[in-house]
Amino acid sequence: MTQTAYAVNAVSARLSARQLTRRRRLAAWKRVAKQFRQRRSGMLGLGILVFFVVVALAAPLLASSSGLDVTKANGPVLGPPSSKYWLGTDDNGRSVLTLLIWGARISLFVGLVATLVSMVIGTVLGLVSGYFAGWVGRVTFRLTEWFLVIPFLPLAIVLASVLGRGLFNIVIVIGVTSWPGTALLIRSQTLSIKERAYIDRARAIGAGRWHQMSKHVLPNVMPMVFANTTLTVAIAILSETTLSFLGLGDPTRTSWGTIIDGAYHAGAITTGCWWFILPPGVCVVLVVLAFTLIGQALEEILNPRLRARR
Amino acid sequence: MTQPLLSLHDLTVTYTTSEGPLPAVRGVDLTVERGQIVGVAGESGCGKSTLASTILRLQPANATVTGEVRFDGRDILTMRWGELRAVRWAGASIVFQGALHSLNPVHRIGAQIGEPIRVHMPELKEGRVRSRVGELLGQVGLDPARAKAYPHQLSGGQKQRVMIAMALACDPELVVADEPTTALDVMVQAQVLTVLTGLVRERGVGMMMISHDLTVLADVCDEITVMYAGRVVEVGPAAQIFAAPLHPYSAALSSAFPRVGDPAARFAPAGLPGDPPLPWDLPGGCTFAPRCPRAAEVCLPAEPELTPYAEGRAAACVRIGEPDDTPVRNEIGANS
Amino acid sequence: MSVPAADPGLAEAEAEAEAGQPRRRGYASYVGFKVLGSIGSFFFMLVVNFFLFRVLPGDPARTLGRGRLSTPAQVEAFNKTYGLGESIPRQFLTFLHNTFTGQLGISVEYHTPVSTLIRHALWPTLLLVGSSTILATLIGVYLGIRGAWRRGGLFDRITTGTSLTLYAMPEWWLGLLLIAALGVGFWFIPGLFPTGGLHSPDVNPNSLHGVLDTMWHLALPVTTLTLAYLADFSLIMRSSLLDELGEDYLQTARAKGLRDIQVRNRHAVRNAMLPTTTIIALNIGFVVGGAITVETVFSIPGLGLLATNAIGVPDFWVLQGTFLVASAGVIVANLFANLIYGWIDPRVRT
Repeated sequence: MTQTAYAVNAVSARLSARQLTRRRRLAAWKRVAKQFRQRRSGMLGLGILVFFVVVALAAPLLASSSGLDVTKANGPVLGPPSSKYWLGTDDNGRSVLTLLIWGARISLFVGLVATLVSMVIGTVLGLVSGYFAGWVGRVTFRLTEWFLVIPFLPLAIVLASVLGRGLFNIVIVIGVTSWPGTALLIRSQTLSIKERAYIDRARAIGAGRWHQMSKHVLPNVMPMVFANTTLTVAIAILSETTLSFLGLGDPTRTSWGTIIDGAYHAGAITTGCWWFILPPGVCVVLVVLAFTLIGQALEEILNPRLRARR
Repeated sequence: MTQPLLSLHDLTVTYTTSEGPLPAVRGVDLTVERGQIVGVAGESGCGKSTLASTILRLQPANATVTGEVRFDGRDILTMRWGELRAVRWAGASIVFQGALHSLNPVHRIGAQIGEPIRVHMPELKEGRVRSRVGELLGQVGLDPARAKAYPHQLSGGQKQRVMIAMALACDPELVVADEPTTALDVMVQAQVLTVLTGLVRERGVGMMMISHDLTVLADVCDEITVMYAGRVVEVGPAAQIFAAPLHPYSAALSSAFPRVGDPAARFAPAGLPGDPPLPWDLPGGCTFAPRCPRAAEVCLPAEPELTPYAEGRAAACVRIGEPDDTPVRNEIGANS
Repeated sequence: MSVPAADPGLAEAEAEAEAGQPRRRGYASYVGFKVLGSIGSFFFMLVVNFFLFRVLPGDPARTLGRGRLSTPAQVEAFNKTYGLGESIPRQFLTFLHNTFTGQLGISVEYHTPVSTLIRHALWPTLLLVGSSTILATLIGVYLGIRGAWRRGGLFDRITTGTSLTLYAMPEWWLGLLLIAALGVGFWFIPGLFPTGGLHSPDVNPNSLHGVLDTMWHLALPVTTLTLAYLADFSLIMRSSLLDELGEDYLQTARAKGLRDIQVRNRHAVRNAMLPTTTIIALNIGFVVGGAITVETVFSIPGLGLLATNAIGVPDFWVLQGTFLVASAGVIVANLFANLIYGWIDPRVRT
């Protein structure tokens, strides 16, 4: 490690500060990737995730989209798995496997985009409440705390009922209801970074608030944010599945949650149509597990407090 | 001849880590007699704290220990679990460093001091335990009423005194004090040392005091052992080690602290350049050679053994007694 | 003889930054502070409730009075009772007044006052959630403790793997599986439990037979919720205990000659309970959500089923009322958890 330090020092005389920072950050990310590769659980999660993402992206290649059309379905009603329909058919005669493949798209899409919305809101409010010490910070903190107390599902149900069903609406509902957790995490990270010496130094040489926040606080907060994001996606996917099951999803689209909802209303439970009920749930479990394992592995690597445990 | 109270023989502690084996303590011999205060001096990372925890077999799970730790003739390292638990605290106790975190934050200090008493002497009545706790608090100069306080309500010095009171709770025969005065300001330091040594002298217990501060040890101890990179580099009476050290490292430690009344020392406190070697990167030969002002060719081939030089004194250096010629520093002392 | 020393400690700096006030205030003032906070949360929740139902939809009268109001006179009376058509601030005051007097509207579906519906639905929900939470806490905490203490051992790996999988599972899906397996029966195994409802039709719920019957009906739903909750709780407990393992005071405890179990329970667990309480309190929303979905799947006539049945109609008064009750419940539970925390952490109390 001394050799690298020497090399960097020797070269630094000719590199600008920005290039130097970029190099160090790249080296840091490479280290994270290396440590991640050493963790079996994280790699397993990554593998599962890659599989589902590929399936979702390659959906048109794997199963024709006309398979989703109820009017074109000509399979047996609630037929068990056969050589033609590997996972059997639903109550409309559609292939369950086709539904699963196309459902992956919506489930993953909603999960990721809703998380994006939630992360943006959460990061901004977390930074603000952590960085600004005055009444601005206090008010945003109170707001976050109050919002945190309102239970997710009742709020989501109410919001979805009022806004109506639709893909966009579901994304909004999940995004708007799950930001407080992220905001609190980012706030505590910001608070601890604020205490560090380099912020004082930056201020001493005249760095403005915006510069401090974007160039110093944010980059150091981002690693934890990243780990937290993966865990948030897991929860977002579970939320979308639940909301779809309760009948609040987009009626024109298929997601794993709507599949189970369909199965429930078709009486698949009492008639023992396990191929209709089991696979979509298993897919949800696998994807959520994947994100959780990745997120936990990342947290272990990036959170110094957790690193000390090993 | 009576057994020494504590006798460490060829004690070696190696940690198994993902970066490879990490030798923290390498073949240390040490004795403490009853009524004697032995100091262990050295910089951070020289293995002093590992030594302290190993005496009561408290080393972490990934540590491999070889050698002997004999307490009153019995080998701690091979004792049965029940016997070990009986020795812990009632036979030998430890005053841990960093009392900030060595006390449980959610228990009252009275309960924490009384805990070992209740464990080792369960037949004692509750009232008796409480009065004993009050006694101990009084002996370290704290108000017995403070037994109801929680650690966060006490200052650093008060917490350290609570640690001392706790260590004496079961009337041990040996007390190991690991950096008892670090992180305390000078006034409190003096108070704590007075309390500690006073109690030790009164009861005739043996004490092993660990510190990086040689002045503290020279003041209080009968004998001092100097450690570097996990090994003993010098042993001898405290005053002599401080005033006339044999090993260059002891000399450096001793002169690092300016002497009051010595005008030369005021303007040139002699620090030691460089850092102690990383445990997984120990240089061959004398481990101190890279930083030693008296290093020479003869130091390189093998690690010097601890050899006796006078009555009760020994040092691990091959150049003791040789004339002070120009040190060959260019090749050896380069990476400081 | 006491020398004032400046204890550094990031924890203190954090607490100062967070509370913006001195830490040592005593339990009474801590309680007062938390109660005030809860009242603030409650008020905020009312604002959100109001905003959702009156401000968001275009025409509240249409939304809320759907299907019931035909004559202009009815519309007029309706608007008067619920203050619609007036300015927003006045509407809010009317809303507050109605809420506190229990006038939560009339259900479109059942033609009964919402407050009556809620009153009848409350007990089944409490029964279900209460028993599940208690069981899950007892089992989950124990699993978390044992797993963390012997980290990486077989018990830990099995428990953590199972907990992670259960946590990744929608709890209502687990319920469906249990119904299919144990309620309906599969293969050669007959259905052992009822597939839904709280009581068998011909049994008096207040008799001994009725109580047993109710328990039989609750067996599967309680199992489902307990499994879902305990996965969460055991992961939290495990994580909190792992955080404590590196602490110095544990070495002190061992050095004193305590048994391993004593070190674990008296010292490590006692401290790990603090963050556990906090985090579980944050997860109460999850408890509520689970209750809603499981009631739906098992047709337990509680608040959850009431709410989900109202979605399809859409019965907005019921939705508003159940949202209110659910949020109020979470706020109270949170307050309770905060008070417990304040009691067990002496740094807050003294």
